[in-house]
Amino acid sequence: MTATASRGRSLSSPRRLGAGRIGRVLGLAAVALLVVVAALAVGARPIPPGTVLDALVQPDRAVSDHLVVLDLRLPRMLAGILVGASLGVSGVLMQGITRNPLADPGLLGVNAGASLAVVLAIWVGGVTGPGELVWFAFAGAGGVAALVYALGSLGRGAATPVRLALAGAALTALLLALVSAVLLVSQETLQVYRFWVVGSLAGTERASLLPILPAFAAGLVLALWAGTALNAVALGDDTARALGVRLGLARAGTLLAVTLLCGAAVAVAGPISFVGLVVPHLARGVVGPDQRLGVLAGAVLGPVVLLGADVLGRVILPPGEVQVGIMTGLVGGPAFVWVVRHLRIMQP
Amino acid sequence: MASAGLALALVALMGASLCLGDYSLNLGQVWQAVFGDGDGAFVVTTLRAPRILTGAFAGACFGLSGAMLQSLARNPLASPDLLGFTQGAGLGAVATIVLVGSGDWVTAGAVGGGLLAAALVGLLSWRGGFRIWRVVLVGIGVGFTFWAGIDLLMTRGDIFEAAAATQWLTGSLNSRLWSHVAVSGIGLAVLGPVALGLGRSLDHLGLGEDTAAGLGVRVGAVRIATAITAVLLAAVAVSACGPVAFVALVAGPLGRRIAGGPGPALGPAALIGAALLVAADLSGRTVVAPMQLPAGLFTALLGAPYLLWLLAIQIRKGTL
Repeated sequence: MTATASRGRSLSSPRRLGAGRIGRVLGLAAVALLVVVAALAVGARPIPPGTVLDALVQPDRAVSDHLVVLDLRLPRMLAGILVGASLGVSGVLMQGITRNPLADPGLLGVNAGASLAVVLAIWVGGVTGPGELVWFAFAGAGGVAALVYALGSLGRGAATPVRLALAGAALTALLLALVSAVLLVSQETLQVYRFWVVGSLAGTERASLLPILPAFAAGLVLALWAGTALNAVALGDDTARALGVRLGLARAGTLLAVTLLCGAAVAVAGPISFVGLVVPHLARGVVGPDQRLGVLAGAVLGPVVLLGADVLGRVILPPGEVQVGIMTGLVGGPAFVWVVRHLRIMQP
Repeated sequence: MASAGLALALVALMGASLCLGDYSLNLGQVWQAVFGDGDGAFVVTTLRAPRILTGAFAGACFGLSGAMLQSLARNPLASPDLLGFTQGAGLGAVATIVLVGSGDWVTAGAVGGGLLAAALVGLLSWRGGFRIWRVVLVGIGVGFTFWAGIDLLMTRGDIFEAAAATQWLTGSLNSRLWSHVAVSGIGLAVLGPVALGLGRSLDHLGLGEDTAAGLGVRVGAVRIATAITAVLLAAVAVSACGPVAFVALVAGPLGRRIAGGPGPALGPAALIGAALLVAADLSGRTVVAPMQLPAGLFTALLGAPYLLWLLAIQIRKGTL
């Protein structure tokens, strides 16, 4: 409500525009806090927010509610924050560097690439430790990200949304077919893989988050650095070059950031689509077109979307839970169609 | 000429598929099994014949469906799997399996889901006209949504029904029964002639709307009839053997190339679709024997690179 009202007033004075943006950022922070509390309180066993606070401040291992919060829901929430932020920031970067409102690490096959690399490492190389497998996830994610971009920028002109979306769909189909081929042929691979990738946030342990923290931090710093260049890239390649941006370096940096973030996200939660598609559009609505602010907003909105989907999945069909990847698909598919309908691009 | 050659190749392939497998037979033994009561009677008439016939009929349905949509849209990207129709039929079928149980109603569910997906894609991609890029993108989005719906149903259903649905979802011809042969055979027998009957009008439509209207084609009616027939064909095929990927996408252009002339070449496309599915099933049974890989795996490994190649070509030509 307030956002709409302030937007109406802001047209007359630029200073009010700043005030409206601050209001929206505060609103976002409030929503983020709400989702985080809900992620700790909501579930098959509802726990009142007061007890949740108690569990965090004065943990008492004799109280079963405290155990649920600390051992089950807190790791799951932390995983949701890391994965959501990774996917959200990756989406902002990919949509920025390709100037393509349909880019998403899941839809473009980056997550599937990470999965295939992991499966091959288990099958051919006999690698089993999660700490080592992460590196293969990085390699797979980076390779596919580069491949999709190369395919989309064949021929004249920039990589159009249609080209990238179709190239991504074809690559995803191929990579996932290869993954299931390996899993069908080798039972031992399936045994390792299914414990490594569950495709959901449930069952995350705090210890498994530690190894990927450095990758996540490096990816985020790199993303903030790339945001500056992306602001110039948004004006077109020629303008960006005239403004002194080294395009090759900017692309490489973005690619590396996406690789680190997506590899880390897949390592924790398996391939999850559509968070990276939806978040950049929401971020633009909150902070406007500035890409650096977009990266920051993406790091907040990603967890909001992912945790929101996770919480919804816990309560939507009791007594069971719906995996968060399914929830993002159910919400993200229609969002994809909505973006397509509002594309203002001219196609030949 | 081309059709006769293709038909011959298909028959040879089906014969080979009857002979090969974990329990190998020669042609004489197959002949005895069918017309007498040889050793291999069980293998031939209960295990292999139903899956081969289902594969041939369903593959022909996929091929016809893809070729019709491609000639309607005048773009090789328009196939039921990219436009979300296959996923719609899959959701309808899985919903039926989970809610009612696997049986005769699965086909009805698949048809309903396919029509629903087609109506949604048509409605959502209409903006004062159809642009093929928008239709394909909306189709991809609708397909994703329906696939998430399938995943959701799979986690909700009874474990035995879910297991039945899982096997079916990989697009496999394993454990097909004569009832599957009946469904796909009857579907093809009813819809195939309709499709071929529409072929001439589609041929004229390829010359442009005005020319086609001048030749006496009722453009609007033909378009709607073609779209509905194509959706029904895809739904029948999906209900018989699951959402096998990319057969519909590949069959049309291959058929056109083999037939050589202009026009949609529906007959060759149907024969190629049938041959592709039978060959994929045969590879699935023999390449890593004794394991049985689903046929859908092989069609995806074949079809996805083709789609990438198709994209590269269209991008080079500047049509996308």
